[in-house]
Amino acid sequence: MPVVSSSPTLPAIGSFTAEAFAAHLASMSHLPSWWLERKQAAYQKFAALPLPKRTDESWRFATLTGITLDGFNLPDAVGARELGHVPLGIAKAGKLVFANNRLVSQAAISPALTQRGVIVETLQNALLKHGDLVKAHLLAQPAKQGSEKFSALHTALLSDGAFIYLPRGVELEEPLAVFHYAHGNGSAVFPHTLVVAEENSRATIIDFFRSADTGTHFACGQNDLYVGHGAQLTYVAAQTWSRGTLSFQSNSTIARRDSRVQSLNLHLGGRQSRHESHSQLQAPGAHSEMLALTVAQGTQEFDQRTLQIHQAPHTSSNLLYKNALADKAKTIFSGLIVVDPDAQKTDAYQSNRNLMLSDDAEANSLPGLEIQANDVRCTHGATSTRIDPEQEFYLQTRGINKADASELLTFGFFEEVLSKLASEPLRDAFRDLIKAKFKIAPETGTPNLS
Amino acid sequence: MSQLEIKDLHVSIGEKKIVKGLTLTVRSGEVHAIMGPNGTGKSTLAKAVAGHPSFTITSGDVLLDGKSILAMQPDERARAGLFLAFQYPSEIPGVSIANFIRAAVQARLGEGAELDASSYYKRLYSKMDLLKMDRKFTSRAINDGFSGGEKKRCEILQMAMLEPKIAMMDETDSGLDIDALRIVADGVNALRSTNLGVLMITHYQRLLGYIVPDHVHVMWDGRIVKSGDKDLALELEAKGYDWVKNELVPA
Repeated sequence: MPVVSSSPTLPAIGSFTAEAFAAHLASMSHLPSWWLERKQAAYQKFAALPLPKRTDESWRFATLTGITLDGFNLPDAVGARELGHVPLGIAKAGKLVFANNRLVSQAAISPALTQRGVIVETLQNALLKHGDLVKAHLLAQPAKQGSEKFSALHTALLSDGAFIYLPRGVELEEPLAVFHYAHGNGSAVFPHTLVVAEENSRATIIDFFRSADTGTHFACGQNDLYVGHGAQLTYVAAQTWSRGTLSFQSNSTIARRDSRVQSLNLHLGGRQSRHESHSQLQAPGAHSEMLALTVAQGTQEFDQRTLQIHQAPHTSSNLLYKNALADKAKTIFSGLIVVDPDAQKTDAYQSNRNLMLSDDAEANSLPGLEIQANDVRCTHGATSTRIDPEQEFYLQTRGINKADASELLTFGFFEEVLSKLASEPLRDAFRDLIKAKFKIAPETGTPNLS
Repeated sequence: MSQLEIKDLHVSIGEKKIVKGLTLTVRSGEVHAIMGPNGTGKSTLAKAVAGHPSFTITSGDVLLDGKSILAMQPDERARAGLFLAFQYPSEIPGVSIANFIRAAVQARLGEGAELDASSYYKRLYSKMDLLKMDRKFTSRAINDGFSGGEKKRCEILQMAMLEPKIAMMDETDSGLDIDALRIVADGVNALRSTNLGVLMITHYQRLLGYIVPDHVHVMWDGRIVKSGDKDLALELEAKGYDWVKNELVPA
């Protein structure tokens, strides 16, 4: 069947040319050859794959005209001073701060944790010192949800990131944080966080994605979470890129026997942000809780694609994604629960709830199930609701104006998700980030959410 | 000294006329009770005065301290000193009582003024003690899963914290058992002062045994058909609403 195409097929590489890649690769020559070979293969794949097309089911509803690879550069190093204040208050166990793909500062973990074998390192150091461990887990899962091209680009141009290793039985009482900054107009960043949580370990890891200025950035990040037998991992991410940023982020989670993973992604920044998350429940007793909160304002677009893959019997997953949409913002949620034939007694839940704060906002929801086992409990649902006028009136009769009432009701709507975080300081930190967003006027110029 | 003046007020919902020319003045220090059967327009009156967007004021005026409030948003009316205790308060999951009341108190402060958290909580707790409310109450979501009595106590708590000039209380006794009624009435009585005017709306005389009004008005078909002192409530209780219908309503 002939395919009608409006434009001739051009190599869709934009700013990420073979020359740029060669220069990048040359700067990585001190790293193990297996890694350099993987990067090379990834670059070939990136260059060969087309950009997403209108006919791609996995890009349904996305604004493809907003996706461009032109006008970006692999940025120069930036000093810690350029970042301004880096709020590190809650990351009491340790932190790594990256800017423009390089480590700029860090707060080391305690000697006691080091002694017990905990590793919090840059990926480059880990590649040199713990090569086998990194090789087993770094970008080990292929992209499955449409971002193959961007995942390949990430692998090709990944310079550095965080490597966090928790040995058997080690429990961290305080969170570890990784900051990923972009600085300078046109900067392309490739953030990465790799977490390996061995048997019966426990930790909370926070990824912060931030812009150091209001420039246009390109962010193409990935994080790999390996959660071993009986381990408990809480992974939270707060995305506050500048309003000009085009962002692609992929999460891959492997949950082993009797492990418990909780992830919460907070999406606030960016012009157009795509987030893919897939959780693989590989052994009985594994549980994954996938949470997300989004505040979409102005003309922001947030595109979230999720996969809950049940590969073993007696596994459970619970997904709750909540979006609040104001102005002319747009969100897309596309989620799929996959239950393999022998994954009997799977218990899977998927829910996307949208709070429409404006008549001009657009929320798209595509929940899905693909079940090949016969003894399972799988439910999914999607709803879109408006602010309840009676609730709004009630708040107003107490002297609270409409904008503040909207904000309060949005917080109420989000609380169901936030309350699932065990750590009160973490909940407060997220509340503060959300509050800060309500204080920013969206690019349409209308104040806050009114 | 404050006063709420309702002047020949007409209120409609869509095409339907509900309040049909009601005139009433409530001053600081006074407690007025409006009594009347269901469907006579009592709740509509209260909500319309508070600024509910579903009600249209077709004619007449409402003045607070001599200034018309009809062009004001509900939140502006509230900040001007008006309070409505709801018959059926909204349930708002996820928003705690403490944060809610705090936002309401904050809204009364000037631009840029910061609420002092410790004095806020001190005041909140003292009002809660007055209403025999557990401290844990503050972390619960607004009216979410509250009993009838808890909801009404929560309304009175807000009233105590916001210190309105004029409070309209819509069927505050409905859904309360006798113990809860006594606690709520004690709370209201404790708030009675020369700075507060109260307009109580009630179907039954029961509440008026606990909160004794200075003035009683009988409402029928969108109008006040008789006014008197507290004895009017007793007379009404004894004679029933048929008495109103047959003797007070002009044919």
